[in-house]
Amino acid sequence: MKKTYKIEVDCANCAAKMEEAARRTPGVAGTVVNFMALKMVVEFEEGADPKAVMARVLANCKKVEDDCEIYL
Amino acid sequence: MNKKQKQMAVRIAVTAGLLVLLHFLPVDGIWGGWLKFALYLIPYGVIGYDILRKAVKGVKNRQPTDECFLMAVATLGALVLGRVQSGDYVEGVAVMLFYQIGELFQSVAVGKSRRSISALMDIRPDTARLLREDGTDEEVSPDEVEVGSVIVVGPGERVPIDGVVVEGESTLDTAALTGESRPRTIRPGDEALSGCVSMTGVVRIRTTRAFEESTASRVLDMVENASSRKSRSEAFITRFARVYTPAVCLCALALALLGPLVRLALGMSPDWLDWLMRALTFLVISCPCALVISIPLTFFGGIGGASRAGVLVKGSNYLEALSTVRTVVFDKTGTMTEGVFEVAGIHHAAIPEEQLLDIAAHAEAWSTHPISLSLQRALGRPVDKGRVTDVREVSGAGVLAKVDGREIAVGNERLMAQASVECDPCHSVGTVVHIAADGQYCGHVLIADRLKPHAAQAVAALGEAGVRRRVMLTGDRKNVAEAVAAELGVDTVYAELLPLDKVTRLEELLRDKAKGETVAFVGDGINDAPVLSRADVGIAMGALGSDAAIEAADVVLMDDDPLKLPQAIAIARKCMRIVRENIVFAIGVKLVCLAVSALGLGSMWLAIFADVGVMVLAVLNAIRALRVPKM
Repeated sequence: MKKTYKIEVDCANCAAKMEEAARRTPGVAGTVVNFMALKMVVEFEEGADPKAVMARVLANCKKVEDDCEIYL
Repeated sequence: MNKKQKQMAVRIAVTAGLLVLLHFLPVDGIWGGWLKFALYLIPYGVIGYDILRKAVKGVKNRQPTDECFLMAVATLGALVLGRVQSGDYVEGVAVMLFYQIGELFQSVAVGKSRRSISALMDIRPDTARLLREDGTDEEVSPDEVEVGSVIVVGPGERVPIDGVVVEGESTLDTAALTGESRPRTIRPGDEALSGCVSMTGVVRIRTTRAFEESTASRVLDMVENASSRKSRSEAFITRFARVYTPAVCLCALALALLGPLVRLALGMSPDWLDWLMRALTFLVISCPCALVISIPLTFFGGIGGASRAGVLVKGSNYLEALSTVRTVVFDKTGTMTEGVFEVAGIHHAAIPEEQLLDIAAHAEAWSTHPISLSLQRALGRPVDKGRVTDVREVSGAGVLAKVDGREIAVGNERLMAQASVECDPCHSVGTVVHIAADGQYCGHVLIADRLKPHAAQAVAALGEAGVRRRVMLTGDRKNVAEAVAAELGVDTVYAELLPLDKVTRLEELLRDKAKGETVAFVGDGINDAPVLSRADVGIAMGALGSDAAIEAADVVLMDDDPLKLPQAIAIARKCMRIVRENIVFAIGVKLVCLAVSALGLGSMWLAIFADVGVMVLAVLNAIRALRVPKM
């Protein structure tokens, strides 16, 4: 399952860091962060609960880049 | 500028003002110099508090190598050094100030190019006018509109969902999808694609797709998801940053420790602080942001600019591949020719010509192949499908069918051979359709296709762009193919190919190519999906509304003008040139500055230029990718 979220982030490097952080979150099969479109596409693993996973994704992203936001 | 950026602009102005003010304040020497230090901490706090906070958080989260940490350490170091040595604090504050100016500039520039791209990608309306039973219409969210309902589109409005016109007439402006503002008239029965603007009249459209499945949504998705396929240059930057950042940190550490130790060993004074400052300068210079920001920005600009010209690129890796194309393989029909066939003559007819056309058109009545359509058009009246039974299509050869109870064979020489009918060859250029009834040869119809107006020009332009091999593949007969090839000026032509042969030929060309070169295949997306996906770059042409082509191709030319092809290559080349310029420029300047600062010749000011200045220049250069080279 794939879902797209709007994000807020300041620089391309930070976006790349978010992508990396999100990808390492358990329950996430793959992510793409498009800095220019300010969108994050998350592919969830089979049977994962998107809500719970996204909460962890947000926490992980905040860890690498404090100044970011994901609109869930 | 948004709220955040305005805030930053104010902070920058306040800091600059305070620096000027403090410069003229006679505070030197008061309280042993501590007053001056305290006063300079005010502008430093104003400009840098968020950086310091982020740096602390970064350390807490075990991410201490980010640029905030670098800036915090470098500026604090400069301030401390100022306190114990020179008594000059401007440097530390100024580094932070210029860093923030650079960040602000970058954020404004990125915001601007983001807006200009989203403006050109603003092809998907947020509302649809749904027709109700009483004849009025109601504004609804387009994803609530079910397939098969009727929507109303007035003059000046954008079609939100793909559908078929049921009432009204208008002209459609397709510029948003094709980059070409050639108006297209739509009448009841015609397809109306989402993303086009209705210019003149009010039309009612019965939707044939859901909103998310409609052309406008798909095009948008494609552009927005283009970053999922990363180019080698982007991968290079990621790898580079991974090695680079720790490496420069180690170098800086070595500089701070080894320099003084060597001096001690040589019996000189160690100058700890001096070497520490060198190490800090080194760190500021090393920040790789010019690269990590400008490269993705260039690709996004290139992809965005290309989509404005009606060239959709599915990922920056394809932009990269497109820039190194040295072999272009075309399909003939529908790509270089109109694909609109017309009956050009009827030869060797053993029965009256009218009757020959009649049985041919009826035998092909169920086929939607362009050739059968042209036969039906030439007949001049609708076919009576009731007269046709037992239709069997023979792939790549023709059709066998019963018309009025007679066994009819309509197709090429291969079909005639299969039916063991001897046929008369045709000496004119075109597609020859032989007709046999009950095993008796009845004659043939010559069908010719027209070249597209810009086809020869496009082939010539490809040659000028450095494409060495221009190859045409076609299922058509040899004499037709060679005549067309001569007219177009292509280098090689392979004729009489079945769909599978096309793949084989392409694979041969792929084997022949030199290293670092790519092979592009251009087709119209109809039944050449295997070849499209096999090529390094599969380009579908005239793909407006064709789902299969959009799926299979890597690059989609929304229009069917062959001139888009050299233009796409030009866009890709320009983009890659900017990427290379930025890589060479940024790394080059940084290496020089690093060397200079390690030798102790550089200052913080040099560091600011190497970090912020290079980034600003690289971003400005990257933004050029948005502008599409004119053909």
